[in-house]
Amino acid sequence: MMYDWLYNLTGSEILAMFIVSLLPLFVFILPFALAAVLAERKVSAHMQDRLGPMRTGYHGILQTIADIIKLLQKEDLVPHATDKALFNFAPLLVFMGSYAAFAAIPFSGFFIGSKIDLGIIFIVGVTGLVVAGILMAGWASNNKYSLLGAMRAAAQIISYEIPTLLIILTVIMLTGTLSLYDLSEMQTAYFWNWLILGGPAVGLQKILLIPLMILGFLIIYTSTLAEVNRTPFDIPEAESELVSGYHTEYSGMKFAMFFLAEYANMFAVSAIVSVIFFGGYQSPFGYLGNTLGWTWLVPIEQFFWFTAKGLFGVFVQMWLRWTLPRFRVDQLMAFCWKYLIPFSFVILLLVGLITLM
Amino acid sequence: MNVYDLIFYLFAALTLLSAFFVVTTRNIVRAAFFLLFTFFGVAGIYVLLGADFVAIVQLIVYVGGILILLIFGVMITNKITSVDIKAGTIQTLPAAIGVGLFTGIIGAVILNTDWFIANSEMPESTLSTLGKMLLNEYVLVFELLGILLLVALIGAASMARK
Repeated sequence: MMYDWLYNLTGSEILAMFIVSLLPLFVFILPFALAAVLAERKVSAHMQDRLGPMRTGYHGILQTIADIIKLLQKEDLVPHATDKALFNFAPLLVFMGSYAAFAAIPFSGFFIGSKIDLGIIFIVGVTGLVVAGILMAGWASNNKYSLLGAMRAAAQIISYEIPTLLIILTVIMLTGTLSLYDLSEMQTAYFWNWLILGGPAVGLQKILLIPLMILGFLIIYTSTLAEVNRTPFDIPEAESELVSGYHTEYSGMKFAMFFLAEYANMFAVSAIVSVIFFGGYQSPFGYLGNTLGWTWLVPIEQFFWFTAKGLFGVFVQMWLRWTLPRFRVDQLMAFCWKYLIPFSFVILLLVGLITLM
Repeated sequence: MNVYDLIFYLFAALTLLSAFFVVTTRNIVRAAFFLLFTFFGVAGIYVLLGADFVAIVQLIVYVGGILILLIFGVMITNKITSVDIKAGTIQTLPAAIGVGLFTGIIGAVILNTDWFIANSEMPESTLSTLGKMLLNEYVLVFELLGILLLVALIGAASMARK
């Protein structure tokens, strides 16, 4: 594990812990957010038969870096009638919530922030901080659009947490573990051991599980999409009605914090879905490192597969954004409560019966 | 003083300070947000005590659920941003007696208890032990609580329909 390795290297508990907790931010989230913002613009542009940003660097690849430099230089505006303390703290809280989730995400067998047994429930728990931060931002802005956006975001995230949790519960029941590390280790070897294809079960049980798992995957992917406020569930920041929802009043780096948190969240939910259904960091067909006898190569390969799966999930989120129109508020709630939740309960029940076989 | 002591004092300070602000602030939404930090601090202290499951349940149930419901309650009541709560001092003498008695009892309990001090090892995960206990020894209580929650849920739904 990374922590033990760093502990041996530096000889200091505090220093090793500090480095391990900072690694995902600097090695992963910041570069990822830079690339993802550009990717979003490029993906949207190409889907609409445009070119997107082209001027900064080759095909505009330096565009986000230029944007970040611009945002850093901007004046930090705090509108007069806001609740100053809460207004300034809200972006931090949102980012804290989405960054805390990375503590339990297994990037590879070698690098996990914490191998806690409650990984998946921990992530669900800290997501609550994001909701609180969004509400705080909306309320502190003292702006009706912000408040409306925040209320919508909170209502939406709370509602869509139910189907997510029900599917997670199904998976917990099937595998008997809440630890994301154990969940990944369970789906090792080849891709037919992934949970979307019934997991390590054999025979009739596996065949019965496959359709349920595919349905479960569709439900959890849809509801996580709603939890990160992406189209078709982006009514909290619906540009055409609410300016940009809860972060309307924010400028400069505080706005960038919301943006960073949003992209970190996008990756986090894709990563969780990939751990649950697509084997997490496991390769679909064995490891080159094992074949050649180079054990040091395995964690690197695992990291590659993990990020590849996560990034593909993010790409699908962008793809959907430029494919589907936005839901209305009533449709959004009806979709969750009348379709996703009953289906999740049926899956929970059927998987329960199958595990008894 | 090792790193865990430091973390403990951090969480303890967070809990106490935010709890203090909850009762002193005049703005009800601010009070709700400070309550969030109190609950978060308590969750942190649970982690340090080795009660990982309780900590995360604390986070989900209180921070995630009750607080957001509280904020909704505050926001749905009319006069959104300025619900005045009374923060003056009345009935000083009875309050002083009550608080004094309570402090005395708590202080006596703290001083007279023979505290059990565990070794500072990495605590084991409590999850599987807890699960086995809930479904073996305390299964009746567990089921009854489940039925109680179900009744409350159905009651709330039927009241909302009227």
